Amino acid sequence: MSAAMGHVLLVEDEINIAEAIRFLLTREGWQVDVHANGSDAVAKITECAPDLVILDLMLPGKSGLEIIKELRQQDSFSDLPVLMLTARGAIKDREMAEKAGVTRFMTKPFANSEVLTAVRDLRAQALQRQGASDAEAGSVAAVAAKQG
Amino acid sequence: MTLLNLLGLVCLSYVALLFLVAFWADRLAERGRGKRFMSSAMIYTLSLSIYCTAWTFYGAVGYAARSGLEYVTIYLGPTLVMIAWWWGLRKLVRVGRSQRISSIADLLSSRYGKSNTLAICVTLLAVIGVTPYIALQLQSITLSLSVFAEADGLQGYDQSGTVFWIAAGLAAFAILFGTRNLNANERHHGVVMAVALEAVVKIVALIAVGIFVVWGLAGGVSDVLDRIDASDLGRWQVDGSRWATITFLSAAAFVCLPRMFQVMVVENEDERHLQVAAWAFPLYLLLISVFVVPIAALGLEMLPEGTNPDLFVLSLPMAAGQEGLAVLSFLGGFSSATSMVIVAAMSLSTMVSNHIVMPIWLSAQTGEEGASVSGDVRNIVLMSRRLAIAAIMALGYAYYQASGGGDALAAIGIISFSGIAQILPALVGGLFWRGATRLGALAGLLTGFGIWIYTLFLPELGGAFLPPNWLEVGPFGLAWLHPQALFGITGLDPIVHSVLWSLSLNTAAFCFVSTLTFPTPLERLQGAQFVDVFDHSAGPGGWLGSVAQAEDLMIMSQRILGPEEAQAFFQRELARQGGPGPLPEPTPRFLEALEKELSASIGSAAAHAMIGQIVGGASVSVDDLLAVADESAQMLEYSARLEAQSQELQLTARKLRETNEQLTQLSRQKDEFLSQVSHELRTPMTSVRAFSEILRDTPDLATADQQRYATVIHDEAQRLTRLLNDLLDLSVLENGQVSLNLSEGKLGEVLDHSVTAALAGADTQVEIRREHSREALVLHTDLDRLAQVFINLIANAQKYCVADHPVLRIVVEELGDLVCIDFVDNGEGVPSDKRKVIFEKFSRVTPERAGGAGLGLAICREIMLRLGGDVTYVPGNTGARFRVTLPLQNS
Repeated sequence: MSAAMGHVLLVEDEINIAEAIRFLLTREGWQVDVHANGSDAVAKITECAPDLVILDLMLPGKSGLEIIKELRQQDSFSDLPVLMLTARGAIKDREMAEKAGVTRFMTKPFANSEVLTAVRDLRAQALQRQGASDAEAGSVAAVAAKQG
Repeated sequence: MTLLNLLGLVCLSYVALLFLVAFWADRLAERGRGKRFMSSAMIYTLSLSIYCTAWTFYGAVGYAARSGLEYVTIYLGPTLVMIAWWWGLRKLVRVGRSQRISSIADLLSSRYGKSNTLAICVTLLAVIGVTPYIALQLQSITLSLSVFAEADGLQGYDQSGTVFWIAAGLAAFAILFGTRNLNANERHHGVVMAVALEAVVKIVALIAVGIFVVWGLAGGVSDVLDRIDASDLGRWQVDGSRWATITFLSAAAFVCLPRMFQVMVVENEDERHLQVAAWAFPLYLLLISVFVVPIAALGLEMLPEGTNPDLFVLSLPMAAGQEGLAVLSFLGGFSSATSMVIVAAMSLSTMVSNHIVMPIWLSAQTGEEGASVSGDVRNIVLMSRRLAIAAIMALGYAYYQASGGGDALAAIGIISFSGIAQILPALVGGLFWRGATRLGALAGLLTGFGIWIYTLFLPELGGAFLPPNWLEVGPFGLAWLHPQALFGITGLDPIVHSVLWSLSLNTAAFCFVSTLTFPTPLERLQGAQFVDVFDHSAGPGGWLGSVAQAEDLMIMSQRILGPEEAQAFFQRELARQGGPGPLPEPTPRFLEALEKELSASIGSAAAHAMIGQIVGGASVSVDDLLAVADESAQMLEYSARLEAQSQELQLTARKLRETNEQLTQLSRQKDEFLSQVSHELRTPMTSVRAFSEILRDTPDLATADQQRYATVIHDEAQRLTRLLNDLLDLSVLENGQVSLNLSEGKLGEVLDHSVTAALAGADTQVEIRREHSREALVLHTDLDRLAQVFINLIANAQKYCVADHPVLRIVVEELGDLVCIDFVDNGEGVPSDKRKVIFEKFSRVTPERAGGAGLGLAICREIMLRLGGDVTYVPGNTGARFRVTLPLQNS
């Protein structure tokens, strides 16, 4: 079941938080890569072409907002599901993030189940949109049903 | 009873009658009765007859006997003025009434910007010109008395004594009836009535003598005409230049003589009286002159050689034994003399008092006791007038005594006329020429007056006042300066010569200087008032729009209100009027509305004055002007206040703006701070929550992982605690609520403690290098807080120094009253662009390696500021160099 769920790139500079999310998603069957720097995050995303990106807002080098803006300018990443996590709780931050093209926005601290559900939902939506094979969609949906 | 005694009785009775008439007229006027009669055009016309003095009553016959028909010029001048220049007189009267003019001197003074210098000049000129004339009247009375004395065979008759009493009596009359009231606009009804009565007496007397001569002595009109043809009178050559000159002179004198001005302008009740006088007065002159030639012709024919022709009017009836007629004739001459003297003394006294005595008295008053002239000025003015009358009469009497009498009466009259005529250019110019200025008037007046004195007054007085040979060869032998042949022009009649030069140079100087000088604002204004008197004095009450020029009003309004507002106002008014024109009709209602509109901008007095200037309807009086000035001053003050207020407002607004910006910035900073705090708190909480959920939800977790995750939770909880402590610490420091715990201690000990605390529990330790010898300083400060700062700095070096073998040197140095403790490491230092922000909250140079929230240095700085020192970053090193400064003597 490993890696069957998809490939997730986690861009997060807080080591402990990254560790926790990696643990959760890996157990679910996702393939998880962690990247701790903002400045070359776009390059990393381009390089490993993940199915989904979890992006921290406040990153060293380049902020999450800038990264998402750059991503959305590229055709290949226009539909890439991006879950943004931030410890900054202001409404303004959420608005700016959604405007920049973030698929989903989540405030720290979060419940682990919220993250997992969000990741699953985003992946399922992406697959539907892509018109992916029923089997793949079905398997994801089955897992979602089992977990939910 | 001798004839002289009878005459004396008659004289006294006559004078008593005059007093009675004057008294009665004044009483009636006081009670407000009989005004219609006393203020009638007939009385006005009769009062004008003071022009005909003893000089015309007696002298005209003498003149005719000596120079033929030339005497007619004396009557021709006034007649021409009355008939051909009545409009000029009307203007004069209008100006006099609207400006409340009290005399001819006042008129010129008022016209030329209320110049008292000018008034004094005119007054002096008038006194000098008129005094001989008064003397002439006194002389005529004595001469006429002497006729009766001769008839009585009296030789030792005291002439000068009689003259003295006559002068005194006339002075008393003038004082009694001429100085009853002050106001120039109140008429002297008593004097005017007496003058009118005398006018009747003299014309009746002269006509009676004439009738007696024509039908009594001669055999009717045709006989008289024959006798005239036969006498020398018919053979007199007409000297054209003299005729023109004297006609002109008498015309000028008629206008300029102070006494004429008195009766014609000051005593005028109604402008329309001039219309009557315009024909009635010439008629009077015609009647009084018609018998002159017959009397002269018969006198020359019938009376013995050497009889004074000036007294033919008296001596003819006397010679014919008609003593009653002679007495009547004497009364006529007496009337002529007295009326002239009274009115002349009155008018001169007004001038002397108003323009010479009062200014001197007032300045003396203000000099003595400040501006307290509030006392009984009225009495002082009246007193000064009375004294002036007495003085003028005394002067006339003195002149009479000095001149000794005897010379031909006519000569003095002409001299007097030509002196007074010097006022004419300034008067006429003032009435008709806006450009005439005070200096011009003064220049003309002085020039003319000087030439008159030099060419006529002094020489005609027999040259008694001139150096002996001047009349023969000119002054200092300069023939061209000969008084009677200026600039080498010889062969002219002395009168013609003098009048020609004095008046022409007078006029030239007047015009020349006027064009060269600029009038003062008051002169300009008064000039406009005089020249345009008919436009300015349309009548009392509301505005009369007939003369108003809508265009002028529009132009003025645009200047005051601004073009748009003025246009809008005029459009509105036009719509209200419903008229066809492009501009509204200047109706009284419109003018009132306009005045109100303008008042809002420039004040009511100024608005009234400005509309008045254009429309007329009310003259701009001095009061108006003062009001304008006051309002202007008030507005200036007000606008200055407004300006100051607006500056204050601007200042306040700027301060408010600055405060607002500061507040906005503070608010932004607060939001940013809260956002930062939120981030710093949420981050460790996120780890704590995530791992605790993992521990809870993952029963099959390996023990090593459990251990690791529990440690993360513990560390992050610690981090949270530290953060909260820092935040509270910072808050307390920033709010100034911190209480310092001052104590004494050695720097070295504080550093020892700090190093130990900062490095406790660290895996790899930075090497600390110290110079203990320099650390023996004793500090008096909050040692714990200072240690907190040191610990922070040492910990930072421990955390951030990236050298392979990290070294931190602690360098102590005394700089005067300060001690500097430098913490120098051998790392990369702080990038120059970050050096400014490192002391701000939540700033981290390298976040990936930061364990804290970025509050450490901010707290350090707050602590050091509280301790009276500072902590700064010292650039210029490869590594970081933080400097803590602290005053050695901490209070």
